[in-house]
Amino acid sequence: MAGEIALKTAPADFRFPTTNQTRHCFTRYIEFHRCLAAKGESNECERFAKYYRSLCPGEWVERWNEQRKNGTFPGPL
Amino acid sequence: MIVLEWLFLTIAACDAAEPWQLGFQDAATPMMQGIIDLHHDIFFFLILILVFVLRILVRALWHFHYQKNPIPQRIVHGTTIEILRTIFPSIIPMFIAIPSFALLYSMDEVVVDPAITIKAIGHQWYRTYEYSDYNSSDEQSLTFDSYTIPEDDLELGQSRLLEVDNRVVVPAKTHLRIIVTSADVPHSWAVPSSGVKCDAVPGRLNQISISVQREGVYYGQCSEICGTNHAFTSIVVEAVPRKDYGSRVSNQLIPQTGEA
Repeated sequence: MAGEIALKTAPADFRFPTTNQTRHCFTRYIEFHRCLAAKGESNECERFAKYYRSLCPGEWVERWNEQRKNGTFPGPL
Repeated sequence: MIVLEWLFLTIAACDAAEPWQLGFQDAATPMMQGIIDLHHDIFFFLILILVFVLRILVRALWHFHYQKNPIPQRIVHGTTIEILRTIFPSIIPMFIAIPSFALLYSMDEVVVDPAITIKAIGHQWYRTYEYSDYNSSDEQSLTFDSYTIPEDDLELGQSRLLEVDNRVVVPAKTHLRIIVTSADVPHSWAVPSSGVKCDAVPGRLNQISISVQREGVYYGQCSEICGTNHAFTSIVVEAVPRKDYGSRVSNQLIPQTGEA
């Protein structure tokens, strides 16, 4: 793991041009899960997964994963 | 001779608060340099107005002293001067507004996609930093806590209430996106030499884009009252050369005992 790490992260999204990126993180999470629901475990969905992992704090992701398991996730999955 | 030169002629950048400091810390990002330049622009007009007002004031006090000039004048109108003193002060803010708005809007403009996203999460009373660009699952991000070193544990030469155990390592001359949030109460992530002060609000992700232009260690402090130890949560950003960034980060992925 030492040496070169490719410096890449979630790109700036023109849908969320302002300082508040809460919706950006939420939208990427939802996009990933909708991609999974539509296409199954494919490599294309992995892109969205990287985006939401870059943007969203780990605690938020854990909480949402819990909510999805319990069926209480407040979003259009 | 060389030693003397090295001691006295190298310019050490000021990237932490100094005792009795009056001016800004040295700029480390283009944003901060823009802020300093705007300050210089405004200060010019400020001095102009200050000198003018002081002169009028002193002149009035001097020439219209009650002993020298017992009968005050009774002029109440003067159309020309009234027009002038309305127009002229409204032109000055226009000159100030031009660089001010230019800076304001350019600060928000994100022209280049960031290369790295770092999450700075405020807690009572420490910071957590997450570097999650490299995970392959939800679990593995590089996450570490950053506590201010208590006074008793400081080594010689370290700054009191500013040093932390784990610094935020960033590559220099790289576009960074810093996402600031909080896990409990509002905090604020501030690094003056980078021109950054961003509130950490629970439930909200605030994004700042910076590009640190030189290597160095930059200090900042929590800027939103967050409880008893608000003064004891500091921030230290260490900018390293881009090629060293990979090894620094991977070193931190292996849990370390001892120095950061």
